[in-house]
Amino acid sequence: MAVISYIDAITMAMREEMRRDPNVFVLGEDVGVRGGVFRTTAGLIEEFGEQRVVDTPLAESAIVGVGIGAAAYGMRPIAEIQFADFIMPAVNQIVSEAAKMRYRSNNDWNCPITIRAPFGGGVHGGLYHSQSVEAMFTNVPGLKVVVPATPYDAKGLLKAAVRDDDPVLFFEHKRCYRLIKGEVPETDYTVPIGKAEVKREGTDITVISYGLTLHFALQAAEKLAQEGISAHILDLRTLYPLDKEAIVEAAAKTGKVLIVHEDNKEGGVGGEVAAIIAEHCLFDLDAPIRRLCGPDVPAMPYSPTLEKQFILNPDQVLQAMRELAHF
Amino acid sequence: MMVNRHKEVGLTDEQVLDMYYYMLLARKIDERQWLLNRAGKVPFVVSCQGQEAAQVGAAFAFEKGNDYSCPYYRDLGFVLVMGQTPRDCMLSVFAKAEEPNSGGRQMPGHFGSRKLNMLSGSSPVTTQVPHAVGIALAGRMQGKNHVVYTSFGEGSSNQGDFHEGANFAGVHKLPVIFFCENNQYAISVPLKKQLGGKVADRAIGYGFKGITVDGNDPIETYRVVKEAVDRARAGEGPTLIEAIMYRLVPHSSDDDDRTYRSREEVEEAKRRDPVPAFAAYLREVGVMDEAKEAEINQRVQQEVDDATEYAENAPYPDPASLYQHVYGESKEV
Repeated sequence: MAVISYIDAITMAMREEMRRDPNVFVLGEDVGVRGGVFRTTAGLIEEFGEQRVVDTPLAESAIVGVGIGAAAYGMRPIAEIQFADFIMPAVNQIVSEAAKMRYRSNNDWNCPITIRAPFGGGVHGGLYHSQSVEAMFTNVPGLKVVVPATPYDAKGLLKAAVRDDDPVLFFEHKRCYRLIKGEVPETDYTVPIGKAEVKREGTDITVISYGLTLHFALQAAEKLAQEGISAHILDLRTLYPLDKEAIVEAAAKTGKVLIVHEDNKEGGVGGEVAAIIAEHCLFDLDAPIRRLCGPDVPAMPYSPTLEKQFILNPDQVLQAMRELAHF
Repeated sequence: MMVNRHKEVGLTDEQVLDMYYYMLLARKIDERQWLLNRAGKVPFVVSCQGQEAAQVGAAFAFEKGNDYSCPYYRDLGFVLVMGQTPRDCMLSVFAKAEEPNSGGRQMPGHFGSRKLNMLSGSSPVTTQVPHAVGIALAGRMQGKNHVVYTSFGEGSSNQGDFHEGANFAGVHKLPVIFFCENNQYAISVPLKKQLGGKVADRAIGYGFKGITVDGNDPIETYRVVKEAVDRARAGEGPTLIEAIMYRLVPHSSDDDDRTYRSREEVEEAKRRDPVPAFAAYLREVGVMDEAKEAEINQRVQQEVDDATEYAENAPYPDPASLYQHVYGESKEV
């Protein structure tokens, strides 16, 4: 099996879906001739032509809104928002339109659109090219919010998103694009939306994470194993709707839970995960639930010292896991 | 005797009588809904009164069953022509389960029906404009020849979604008719506080035609929209049409327009009410005699009565259905 990068897995998923179904098309800024500013759509316009790889005007609400119209008609659009930070002008279309199309029409219409957006920091992107915006969308029934951490999941989840009959927000951590590599089959497969996955089995502590910080936890788990600490690691993969069963099972397994995400803490996904654990398996816990998250400041600054201070690093995750193990 | 203008634009006597029927039907449904509201039977009404000529005139320019629409909340006259029934409209105002737009989930005026090629709409204004562009884009990708209608008020034409959608359609020369129903007021705010220029002139910035038409004249509105539809179907791109009219009643049943406009102004506009004006035209050109007019009046009256009774007696949605259709069941669609 070929080892490829996270970004190549995303491109592969789009190419395969476009070959499989003529209704699948890509639209967004710079997705055509340029192949995307991150090169996610590289090669697609050459293979599928400009009718199916549409360079749009610089207007995010239209990228999503035009996609919604096409999706309702019966197409399978993949709309790219160049940076998750720039999704804000399209929020009305995502929340008021895509998410409610099926419900408001009493199942007469639906909206099978996939909206891809690179998120996350650590790339010297400053306040507006580094944000994690997922929490804004994780209390919107009708939407599905997906964040893959591995190349295998990126391909399988993106293919599942394209085939899903409802709108899916697909957030790609931009530091994972070239940093994270893994085995990805060239065969056609999907990864189910709404299902978390245990990425490492363990018995002493449970870490629940998603995106880039999941990898920090996996690396830390290797080191802690040498100290005799066994970490159980759950990758949420889908942030809405959450896989409650998997969360409760993972928490109950060790009784000690650390939730890690790059997004800031207050109002973040971690709060909901903690609430699910508290509601369903409080008496299985041996320690207070802990959260290690980004600080509650507006966004990640540009200057390297400030950026470093904001973003979680593998050492912090290791430290937090060790502390919890010794609680 | 008045000049016969409808033959010149290709409308038969039968078609203009039909137009009048739909205009009157829209008016009478609307009036009944207000009565029901004031009687405490329905919670909310949003009105089409004064806009029926433009709505019906525009609707006659489209091919039912082939073309698509993304209408806004006042477009009662338009949706009736496209195939919504008086019962559908009354079920909606009573919020009953059988209501076709939403099964009673949405307020009245939020039209939508897959079988009528009419995309479901919401309350945030002008979000439907990019949808119309998307349906046109999809049609082009699939080699279809449908034209897409979308409507909105002059106030809504200030929204970003109008500009973003219109520009997208201009870039791709898509078959979309942007139909602005300029009724002079966005709730209480008059035209002069909404627009620095004219809605129709905005089309210049998007690279297509912008036309102003007398929205009180269904024949002229039909002619202008039909020409735009023909151009769109021939691959010549979108058109922005601004139909000028006057909203004869408050914004909605919860509004009181006495707080922001004079009775004299409203009375003056009522003298140009398009419904009686069109009836007068049809009588003068000899298309509608007294017997015909009585027949139409009676038919409309009967349909409105029937629809009211039917909707009032229809069941509400089952409370347990609240949880349905958040997502599709697997293989549901």
